[in-house]
Amino acid sequence: MLTEARLAHPTEVAVALNRFGLGARPDEQAPADPKSWLVAQFESYQANPAAFAGAQGSAALGAGYAEAANEAKNADAAEKMAALKTARQQARALYRDEVDLRVRASLDTPAPFVERLVHFWSNHFAVSAEKPQVTMMAGAFEREAIRPHVLGRFEDMLLAVEHHPAMLLYLDQASSIGPNSGFASRAADRKGKRKPGINENLAREIMELHTLGVRSGYTQADVTEFALALTGFGIGRARYPETAGGAFAFRPALHEPGERTIMGETYGQDGQQQPLGVLRDLAAAEATATHIATKLARHFIADDPPAAAVARLADAFRRSKGDLVPVYRALIGSPEAWRPAPAKFKTPWEWTISALRGLGLRDFDKPRLAQLLNQLGQPVWRPGSPAGYDDVGGSWAAPDALLRRVEVAQRLAAQIGDIDPRELAQKLFAGPPGDMTAVEVARAESQRTGLALLLVSPDFQRR
Amino acid sequence: MKRRQFLTFAAAGLGSMLIAPRIVFANVETDRRFVFIIQRGAADGLNTIVPYADPAYRGLRGSLAIEDPIRLDGMFGLHPSLGGLGKLYQDKQALFVHAVASPYRERSHFDGQNVLESGGASPYERRDGWLNRLIGLLPKSRGEAIAFAPTIPLALRGEAEVASFAPSVLPDAADDLMIRVGKLYDADEQLHALWSSAMEARALGAETAQRSDAASVGRTAASFLAKSDGPRIAMVETGGWDTHSGQRNRLANQLRALDMLIDALRAGLGDAWKDTTVLVATEFGRTAAANGTGGTDHGTASAALLAGGTVNGGKVLADWPGLTAAALYEGRDLAPTLDLDALIAATAAETFGLDPRETMRMLFPAGRFSSTISGVVKI
Repeated sequence: MLTEARLAHPTEVAVALNRFGLGARPDEQAPADPKSWLVAQFESYQANPAAFAGAQGSAALGAGYAEAANEAKNADAAEKMAALKTARQQARALYRDEVDLRVRASLDTPAPFVERLVHFWSNHFAVSAEKPQVTMMAGAFEREAIRPHVLGRFEDMLLAVEHHPAMLLYLDQASSIGPNSGFASRAADRKGKRKPGINENLAREIMELHTLGVRSGYTQADVTEFALALTGFGIGRARYPETAGGAFAFRPALHEPGERTIMGETYGQDGQQQPLGVLRDLAAAEATATHIATKLARHFIADDPPAAAVARLADAFRRSKGDLVPVYRALIGSPEAWRPAPAKFKTPWEWTISALRGLGLRDFDKPRLAQLLNQLGQPVWRPGSPAGYDDVGGSWAAPDALLRRVEVAQRLAAQIGDIDPRELAQKLFAGPPGDMTAVEVARAESQRTGLALLLVSPDFQRR
Repeated sequence: MKRRQFLTFAAAGLGSMLIAPRIVFANVETDRRFVFIIQRGAADGLNTIVPYADPAYRGLRGSLAIEDPIRLDGMFGLHPSLGGLGKLYQDKQALFVHAVASPYRERSHFDGQNVLESGGASPYERRDGWLNRLIGLLPKSRGEAIAFAPTIPLALRGEAEVASFAPSVLPDAADDLMIRVGKLYDADEQLHALWSSAMEARALGAETAQRSDAASVGRTAASFLAKSDGPRIAMVETGGWDTHSGQRNRLANQLRALDMLIDALRAGLGDAWKDTTVLVATEFGRTAAANGTGGTDHGTASAALLAGGTVNGGKVLADWPGLTAAALYEGRDLAPTLDLDALIAATAAETFGLDPRETMRMLFPAGRFSSTISGVVKI
């Protein structure tokens, strides 16, 4: 019997490496059978690679921050300013280290396809590192809420995300209080204080971005009801009863009592069982399957994904009840994803990682990657919006952005010793690159120029 | 005389020197400095050292011909961008060598540079470079040889330890790279449009920046080499010489930058300039005739430049083959009549007072010693 390996076309190898994976590495053997190579990564993926040893968890980070804030409480204005400045600096330092860890994991992973999925989901459930607390926890968020569930069930990832302190802080859930909760009634007794109330931010984004998708049929009333149901989702502090400082805590005193009706469904549960019930239904909703399928297809197939492929992925999502591996298998099985012509313009993150991998790097000190990605226009974990970074070429393919890539390519190539760009091109594209690229790279006046050209070639800018 | 001493050692046997140079030369030091500037991309020798009196020159070069060269002798002139080198020539501190080429006869940059730097007879034959092997012939100085580049170039790679130094902030992407990227995007509708508008937006400041970069590289290199306990051997990389198009302006800028680099070296070295030899060379030359895009294509022989207080300057060394159709190599390139390897070996040997034959044998084992090139540097 003819094995699939013999049938594998070079372009399929290139698609597996560059479109599904994070970019070919010259020091790794090209897969003989691209599809089995992808499937095998469901086994080889490491949710918690050795590189992460020693990284701090979000609870410890949050508790430390709260403690510092508490200490500064009674200080004078100047001391408070100084404490805030220190907190910001520490948060940024932690953030830069976390970006380095993420890059290292991406360069060194045995499962680049699954790592790409981690990046996909992390962007789907985006936090944005602007507030100091979110800045320092962004890496921990991805490690704790995304990585363990990337090959699990969508519902579990959703629950992990919506319980995570980084998300609760980012979308202000931690300060959302049921207007008829115990806490609010006590506050009402104290005259003159601002009347506590709900914050709809998280509830809206869960529906609009995390699950159902925008304009999928829910109304403002549904958002409000969901926000009321979510009250009590917060972060523990040492002084709250039965909570661990810095970690998720359900605070019954803040929870709005009574049953909620969301999209025609009534939720009469007590306490945190109520929002959990809503989240589970949202995870299982028809619209959610279509929303997730569309985003996956957009990421792996085309900016404007073909309807048949979206339908196929959505169907897989429904049939597996949100178990993600079958959805990924349906993606691998979609012929649209294997079209040889690259349809996706790489984001700065994708381009940078593929360039570092392409040059055979596994570790990287200078310049700091956080800074580099900032210069390239895509700071890690800082999309500036809960919608995450756009996944269409038009957002990234811009004149100045191209110029910056050329400058960075030159800088990266300058750090590399003796690599023949002609041979490297063969490895990176699992065969000859496009005619123009092959000719221009071979003609370059030096190996370094050749390498830089290779990294900015049309073939390498896209996947 | 110190240099005489290690001339003897060099003749006596190189093996022992390579094994224990520290012991053999513990107290012997040299004041001489040797700087190798590589021009990556095949610099156009014909418009650098211009054979203005060759009757075929203007016809071949057309609008690229240099009309107002700085006259050196009855045959050759300097590109007008090389005013500083012209002054050194007058002061007999610059010597130019024409129609010179390495043993490489194909036209690939990578392969050509590999031959030039490794000192092998063919590409990828050797893994170390002639400049590194030269270090092995010298007494151990307190400073390591140094490359003014982010990584160690092949010419300096090998057994001897070598340092490298590059400014932390690298300059903007070079013009040459920009042009190549432009070509690369020509056939790509989306990228072509984006790139065109990026290039329009890019200010003219790039040219000025390029020159100030060159001067600062020269100053930096000089600051290392001027120290009495600093490196004695250095290599500087320059790029952007591959002028397939727009050669008139690009080469003028390139040469001006090179001139400023050498001038900054001279100024920065101060007293040590009298002990310094600078050698400038490229992997191969360019076509004798201009091409259809205002440039020249990959050729064969080119020119090499020597400058420094040690140089027996004020002359152009050439066995001029002429530019008639019959004289051109393969009907298109300036024919090589001098051996670049022999020039390098003679320059290095004379700079450091080494035996010229042994130096040739160590630096270019496959090459043949020639006595034609000698006396380029004052011993």
